[in-house]
Amino acid sequence: MIKRVLAWVDERTGLGRFAEAFLFQNLPGGSRWRYVWGTLVLYVFALQAVTGFFLWTAYSPSTQTAWESVQFIQNEMTGGWLLRGLHHFGAQAFVVVLVLHLLQMVIYGVYRAPREVNFWLVLLLLPLAIAMSATGWLLPYDQHGFWASRVPIGIMGVTPVLGPWLQKIAMGGSSVGHHTLTHFLALHAGLLPLGVALLLGTHYYLNRRHGFADVPKDCGCPDEKYFPAQFFKDAAACLAVLVVLLGFVLAPLWNNPAAAPGVMLGAPADPSEQYSAARPEWFMLFLFQFLKYFPGGTEVWGAMVIPGFVMTVIALMPFVAKWKHGHRFNLLFLGTLTVGALTLTRLAMVEDSTDETYLAAKAKDRSSSERMRQLVGERGIPPSGGATLLRDDPFTQGPKLFAKNCASCHRFDGHDGTGHRPLNTYAVRAGDTWSTVAEFRFLKSEQLHELNKGMNGRELKTGDQITVYARPWAPDLKGFASREWLAGLLDPARVDGPHYFGGTKFKDGKMVKWVKKNATSENADGLKKVIAALSAEAKLKSQASADKADAELIKQGRALLTGELACTDCHSFGKKDPDATGPDLTGYGSRAWLVRFISNPNHADFYGKRNDRMPAFADKQILDAKSIGLLADWLRGDWYEPPKPARK
Amino acid sequence: MQAEPVPGADRREFLKKSCVASCLGLAALGTPAVVGTRVFLDPLTRSKTAETFVKVTTLATLPEDGTPVQFPVLADRRDAWTKFTQVPIGAVFLQRLPADKLLALSVVCPHAGCFVDYDEEKQGFLCPCHNSLFTKDGGLKDEQSPSPRPLDTLEVELRNKSEVWVRFQDFQLGIKEKQPVA
Repeated sequence: MIKRVLAWVDERTGLGRFAEAFLFQNLPGGSRWRYVWGTLVLYVFALQAVTGFFLWTAYSPSTQTAWESVQFIQNEMTGGWLLRGLHHFGAQAFVVVLVLHLLQMVIYGVYRAPREVNFWLVLLLLPLAIAMSATGWLLPYDQHGFWASRVPIGIMGVTPVLGPWLQKIAMGGSSVGHHTLTHFLALHAGLLPLGVALLLGTHYYLNRRHGFADVPKDCGCPDEKYFPAQFFKDAAACLAVLVVLLGFVLAPLWNNPAAAPGVMLGAPADPSEQYSAARPEWFMLFLFQFLKYFPGGTEVWGAMVIPGFVMTVIALMPFVAKWKHGHRFNLLFLGTLTVGALTLTRLAMVEDSTDETYLAAKAKDRSSSERMRQLVGERGIPPSGGATLLRDDPFTQGPKLFAKNCASCHRFDGHDGTGHRPLNTYAVRAGDTWSTVAEFRFLKSEQLHELNKGMNGRELKTGDQITVYARPWAPDLKGFASREWLAGLLDPARVDGPHYFGGTKFKDGKMVKWVKKNATSENADGLKKVIAALSAEAKLKSQASADKADAELIKQGRALLTGELACTDCHSFGKKDPDATGPDLTGYGSRAWLVRFISNPNHADFYGKRNDRMPAFADKQILDAKSIGLLADWLRGDWYEPPKPARK
Repeated sequence: MQAEPVPGADRREFLKKSCVASCLGLAALGTPAVVGTRVFLDPLTRSKTAETFVKVTTLATLPEDGTPVQFPVLADRRDAWTKFTQVPIGAVFLQRLPADKLLALSVVCPHAGCFVDYDEEKQGFLCPCHNSLFTKDGGLKDEQSPSPRPLDTLEVELRNKSEVWVRFQDFQLGIKEKQPVA
C-alpha cells in the first residue's frame, strides 16, 4: 500500500527519483570530513532562518518598541533568551564557517575548473553575510547597536557620488529612526536571506553536479554513496556546531547561575546619551583597526578601494592557479591576509583593553542594562518607550546632573558623583610652593607630586603649569542631612574642613564659631538628640526605621533646638522667624526643602543675601523642575531599589 | 508549412512576437516593482524640517574658565509617523570665549559619527572610535587623525542676555568640506 502511494507520487512529481539520486549519489574516493563545510554553511543558515523567524514573530520595528519587544523576548517569554542567544552566536558562526569553507576550497585546490563558479558563489556570500550581521545589530536598538551602526552608515556616505543618497535610503531619512528599523528588518529578514538562499542553493547544486572534489586515481579509497557515509559525517559536524553554539549561550550561566541568562541586552538607544564603546562585531575588528591608519579624507581607500582590490584578487584565484606557481601564490596571499587580519584584530583588542574611556563605557552600559531590568520589573515600560525609564531615574541621572552642575564646588564622597575627582590646570604664581598649593586645595604635597610625576618633585617656578585636584568650594553632600553628615557638621574639628564650610565664605562665620564654642563634650548628649531631631526632618529613606525607633530622642531634640541649644536664635524652626539669618530648619533636607533650596538659595528662608556663590538653579533657568527633582531625590538616596533577597 | 516561405518572414515574425511577449511580461512585473521602488525612495524626496534655533541652556551654566560642557539639544522632531515633542536630537559642546563670546561645537566626530569626549588632561577632544584628536577650539590637533576636518561649529546666539540658543545641524561625515545633511 505505502509502496503504491510512493510510486504514485514519484510518477506524478519525480520526487522519488530525485531523492534517490540525491541521497545515493556516488562519491568517487569515498566520504571525507572536509566535505562537510558546504553542508555546515547550509546548516548554520537554516539555524539562523529558523531562530530568526521565531524572533521575528515577536519583534516590533519602531524606535519605541524595538528594544522593548526584544527585552520582552529576552526576559519574559519562556526560552526567549535561549532563542536570541542561539541567533546571536549563530550569526557569528555563519561568517566563521563561511570563511573556513573558503579557505579550505583554496587550500585543497577545489576552486580549479570546473568549480570556479562554485568558488565565486562562496566569495559572494561573504559580503552578504556581513551585511546580514550589520543590519541585525541595529534591530535590538540598544545603545551598542545604535552607536555601532552609525559607523557603517557613516562610511556608506563616503562612497563616491552616491554616498549621501545611499545613506539616506538606508536610514529611510536624514537620521536613524523608525524607517531605519523597518528598512533594516526588511533587508535582514527579507532581501538578504533570499539572496543568501539563492547563492547557497546554487552552490550546493553545483557542488553535487561537479562532485565534491577530484580524487587522485591511486588513492586506494573505494567509492561510497552519499548516504549514509557522508551524510553521517555532515550530520555529526552540524551537531558539533550546535553544541558549540549552545556552549556559548550557556557557559555564562554555568559560571554564574544567578545572572540573567542569555546574551546581554544593553540599555535602550538614546541619541543624546554618549556611548564610547561602539565597536563592530569581533570578526570586523580588523577593518575597524585598519581604518585608524587612514588620515582624514582617505578612508575611502581603507574602507572600499583596498578591500575591493583584495576581493578581486581572491576572485581571480581560479585563473591564477593555472600558472606554474599560481596555487602557491594564492596560498601565500591568503596566508598573509589571514595573519594580517589576525594581527589587526589583536591590536584592536589590546588597545581597547587598556582604554579607560572604552572600559568605562562598557561598565556603564552593563550597569544601565542591569538598572533597566530592575526598572522594567518595577514600573513596566510606558508607551513612550524604555529610554524614558532611565531618563526619569534619579539613580541614573543624579550623578550626571551632579557632576555637571554641582561638582565645580561640591563633592560627593570626595568625587564628582560619577567617581571622578575633578582636575584643574594651575599656573604657578610667585611664592607658591608644593605645600601652599596643596594646602589651599586641602591636599597633601605627596598627592600633588603623584599627579605631576613628570616634574620629579622639583621646586615650582612661576609660570609652571601643574595638574591639581580642583578645590572644593562647598560642602561634600554624600549623605546630606543624615545623622552622620550632621554629626560632622557639628564637630568642631570638621565644621571648617573641606567636607563642610572649609571652602566657603562661611569658614569663619557664625555657625562655625558656634560649633567651635558649643559643640563640646559636655553637650554631647544634647547634640546627639538635636542631630536625631534635625535629621528626622529630612525623612530619609535610609533612616526610616531609626527615625521611628528613636521617637522619644527626637522629641527631646526638638525641644533642645528651640530651647537650651538655641538654634532658633539664628534659624527658623517650626514657625517662621523674620529675623532668622541662617537657613530654615523646618523640614530640613526633606525633598520639598531641598528642591526649594536648589531652586533659589538666595531666598530669605535660606541664605538670603548672605548666600555664597551657589546659583539659583530654577530662577536662573539653569535646570528645569524635573532635573532639580532628580537631583534632590538622588542626594536623598531616594530611588527604586529591587528587594534584597531577589538577587545577590 | 507547405507554403513558399518568404525569406526571413519566420524570423521577423518570431522577433515581433517575442518582443511583444517580453514587453507584456515586463509591464506586468515592472509596474508593481516601480510603484514599490517609488515608495521606497520616498526619503530622497522628502525635505527635512527646517533647523531653527533652539534654546539649549543659560549662560550661567558655562564655566568662566572656558571649559567645554556638553548639553543635549532638545527639540520637536518628526520621525516618520511619530511626532516627538522636546526630545534629544543631538548634543553640543558649549564654551565661553573671551569677551562673552560663545563657541558651539557639534559633538559628532566628522569621521564616522561617534561622539567625541572632552579630555581635561589633553585639553582637547578625543574620539573614542578611531582616535581622532581635536584641540579645545575644535581644530585638528594631529594631521594623521582619521577625521577629514575639524569639529563642526554650530551657529550660536545669546538671547535676552542669558539664554544660549543653538542652530543644531547634522553634517555629512567623512568629507573635507562641512556640508549640512540635506
